[in-house]
Amino acid sequence: MSLHNYTIKQVEQMLQNEEISATELAELSLDQIKAVDGDVQAFLQVSEEIALEKAAKIDETKAYDKKLSAIPAGIKDNIAMNGLNLTCASKMLENFDPLYDATVIQKLSTEDALFMGKLNMDEFAMGSSTESSAFKKTRNPWNLNHVPGGSSGGSAAAVAAGEVMFSLGTDTGGSIRQPAAFCGIVGMKPTYGLVSRFGAVAMAPSLDQIGPMTRTVEDNARVLEVIAGHDKNDMTSSKEQVPAYAENLTSELKGLKIAVPKQFLGEGVSEEVKESVENALKMYELLGATVEEVNLPHLAYADAVYYIIANAEVSSSLARFDGVRFGHRSEKATDMIDMFKKSRTEGFGEEAKRRILTGSTILSGRDNFNEAYFRKAQKVRTLIANDFKAAFEHYDVIVGPTAPTAAFEFDSVVKDPLTMYMSDMLTVPVNLAGLPAISVPSGYTEEGLPLGLQIIGKHFDEQTIYRVAYAYEQATNHHKKRPNLGGAEA
Amino acid sequence: MKFETVIGLEVHVELKTNTKIFSSSPNAFGEAPNTNINPKDLGYPGTLPVLNEEAVNFGMKASMALNCDIASETVFDRKHYFYPDNPAAYQISQDAQPIGENGWIEIEVNGEKKKIGIERIHLEEDAGKLTHGLDGSLVDYNRQGTPLIEIVSEPDIRSPEEAYAYLEKLKSIIQYTGVSDVRMEEGSLRCDANISLRPVGQKEFGTKTELKNLNSFAFVRAGLEYEEKRQAKILSEGGVIQQETRRYDEKTKKTILMRVKDSADDYRFLPDPDIVPLFISDEWKEEIRKQIPELPDARKKRYVEELGLPEYDAGVLTATIQMADFFEKTVELGADAKQASNWMMGDLSAYMNKHLKELEDLAITPEGLAKMIQLIKDGTISSKIGKDIFLELIENGGDPEVIVKEKGLAQISDEGQLRDIILEVLANNEQSVADYKDGKGKALGFLVGQTMKATKGQANPPLVNKILKEELDKQ
Amino acid sequence: MANITKEDILRTADLVRLELTDEEAAMYSEQITEIITFTEKINEINTDGVKPTTNGNATTNVLRKDEPVVWENREKALENAPELEERQIKVPSIMD
Repeated sequence: MSLHNYTIKQVEQMLQNEEISATELAELSLDQIKAVDGDVQAFLQVSEEIALEKAAKIDETKAYDKKLSAIPAGIKDNIAMNGLNLTCASKMLENFDPLYDATVIQKLSTEDALFMGKLNMDEFAMGSSTESSAFKKTRNPWNLNHVPGGSSGGSAAAVAAGEVMFSLGTDTGGSIRQPAAFCGIVGMKPTYGLVSRFGAVAMAPSLDQIGPMTRTVEDNARVLEVIAGHDKNDMTSSKEQVPAYAENLTSELKGLKIAVPKQFLGEGVSEEVKESVENALKMYELLGATVEEVNLPHLAYADAVYYIIANAEVSSSLARFDGVRFGHRSEKATDMIDMFKKSRTEGFGEEAKRRILTGSTILSGRDNFNEAYFRKAQKVRTLIANDFKAAFEHYDVIVGPTAPTAAFEFDSVVKDPLTMYMSDMLTVPVNLAGLPAISVPSGYTEEGLPLGLQIIGKHFDEQTIYRVAYAYEQATNHHKKRPNLGGAEA
Repeated sequence: MKFETVIGLEVHVELKTNTKIFSSSPNAFGEAPNTNINPKDLGYPGTLPVLNEEAVNFGMKASMALNCDIASETVFDRKHYFYPDNPAAYQISQDAQPIGENGWIEIEVNGEKKKIGIERIHLEEDAGKLTHGLDGSLVDYNRQGTPLIEIVSEPDIRSPEEAYAYLEKLKSIIQYTGVSDVRMEEGSLRCDANISLRPVGQKEFGTKTELKNLNSFAFVRAGLEYEEKRQAKILSEGGVIQQETRRYDEKTKKTILMRVKDSADDYRFLPDPDIVPLFISDEWKEEIRKQIPELPDARKKRYVEELGLPEYDAGVLTATIQMADFFEKTVELGADAKQASNWMMGDLSAYMNKHLKELEDLAITPEGLAKMIQLIKDGTISSKIGKDIFLELIENGGDPEVIVKEKGLAQISDEGQLRDIILEVLANNEQSVADYKDGKGKALGFLVGQTMKATKGQANPPLVNKILKEELDKQ
Repeated sequence: MANITKEDILRTADLVRLELTDEEAAMYSEQITEIITFTEKINEINTDGVKPTTNGNATTNVLRKDEPVVWENREKALENAPELEERQIKVPSIMD
């Protein structure tokens, strides 16, 4: 048996019928990790003991009635778990036990998920390929010469490779959706404030959200249901009621109004990507929806606004890594300032340094930078959000590609930061506006690399996004294809 | 050339909430190092700030007591700098919109009253504590995150004496509101001072220096006095003042250069994305305003006008809310205001100063003092005995009536009993009797003293005088 | 057009406590100039009267009751420190 071929709901049935045990599920996951992770390199840390202990406890009582009973899960390594190192894929935090649980970890734990380990990522979640990890390069399960996307590359690859049934990622400018698209899985970036950020290491706090990465839309809805909800530890956490997304799931699309911003199918988007989106739109029309092109006038500025705001916030978020209380401290330091400098210089990778320097330049009081760039960008951000708001007065969802291309080869893009940043251009507007958006598999390139369709919804309307994604998933076979790796056979 | 001194003060006051401003750690002074800490206080990645409602209430209360306008919408900003006691490498403060603005307090120096403006009061978090040793420095994060208000005065202060008066008044007002212990020795009140000189009549300010390490109000005054002279000397000799931070050295009584102000100080302010804006409604403001007690100036005025106390006495009694409340309760219990004031300003204050104690550390109660004053008034005890009982009340408390009874301290006012004692005294002091007869007035005093001695001080003095004279005249 | 010189980069690096080699400073100067120049297209937009967006959503007035919570792992947290002395975290001395 392979985890690949079952949904969470099916596993739940099997557990309740005692056709499989929690321990067997943990072992299936561990076996697959052993079989394929040498190639895929998704895991930074496998928490075998924790998983098996928890599984044994679940089997003891045979209480298989929790929402995620015995479901093997992987966690992006920028989410805090008491007792497991929190590295953010950085030398800065190589041996750091945060000694507390993120709110999402507490919630998953309450619903009896099995924690299989921590997953690789771009250092401090900054990148689109997971190549900036200080520890390893995660490979795309569909083609080991290609990147898995990023920054939640480990989270996407682990699900695609059947090592876990779901994973958590974080998304600041596309870091869940883009790797989901590159690895042919489903990745949801929820409405800002729907999922507590407490325990997720900040990259750009006004943009960051934790979200589920799964093989199917239904699984995704089930996991989001568990991790969403108000948290008093996060001032930006919403008090909005969380619906039973999975239970409410339908594929009824009659009367649904889809908007496609013309900027989403413009310059920089590959022909294959355009074609897959156009096919999807045709499918939607067949399913009873209407599709119209719209113009969001400020969308063209989203990338610029994103670089300014994200980098400014990053420079602030990464200031606390100073070698004093935890994490890397240089042994070569002669005095206090030297200790700060050497610890940070040795601990951070090149991309982190670039963003710290960019963000600090932008926030500087010198030459009026703070006002001219940062404050200005905050205002344009308001205009971008207003564009979306206006569109959502007439449409239910906005649809387009997730990424301009399929997964690229290693070392092909990372050399040039601006080109690398461009691969976020379709995903960053969503974070700026605080909206929810999903990426679902929408076909494959000629080379056999997956492509993703992005569906953006209104604030707190994840339910409609799931419906639109589910209808498409059920009408296509994209999600049934598996990468050709070793390990357990179908 | 004659110079005018311009001083502005920045006062940090720790608010005595139960928890820190952005974390649920206990806010307490004097515990073992790194006891009141949690992941947020240590700047652990992934942690988030959550604003303490009480810190906002306290900040508002202090701002209102200092006559500030309260912001209707306020936000928090990150101020970035690296230092081991600053765990996130940014301090959460209020840069763009402080909670209070445009306040003032009234001071009095040499009988002249003057208003000193308060530019702004903002809420922020305190840093941890760094202790410098020989081979390194040690950091304790207990204090990290303690709510602070920073009170920034306008540059309205014109002398070190005014600065002293401003601080005394500020401390008194804040102490009345109950939001802080305002104890400089515990660091719950800290002061930095900016001082510059300009030729009399000139409008523009001169270059200022900033004074730090001012550990008492007296040191603030002394540091400013030194700095005033130092700057005047430089300017008189045609020199220029450098913009710099100086430290007051208590031993040499001089200010010493710490660092020259770098124009590159760049805190890279960022409105904190983790902290949502705070709107303060008129209802909320009103609710806080109601909680502010009658403040020192108002009370002082009342004591002078209604109780007939001298200005000076009223000022001393209203310096702390504990003294004022104690005094008022004593008077409420029937004691004569002047008597109560005398005991408090005299023996009580002397005791507190001698033993470095606060009123709340002493056992005496308003009930005790009021009753004691009553016992003196009705002649049960002499005021001399009163002094002994007062000391007993201060140190051990209790009911003066019971003390008087237990120790047999009641005044002897029985004429027959006193006459017998006096006859014996006269019999034993024939020489003095003779002296008295010879017109030596001193002898009477001696005989009074002997009588008091024989009665252990309990004889009613006017009665002793009367009987003595009667008996002497008979002889 | 922005021009972030090597000297600008070195000054910023000093401020944010990073050490850069000459080559690194030159590389960042070029890249960051390019990135910031790219962002300058936002100046085409008139933002008069537009309210800036600071937070990810429009939540306001979130407050916590003033009730203390003691963290059970506070002793373990001291062990996370690279150097400890008498319950305090030790750092090298500051040089004047």
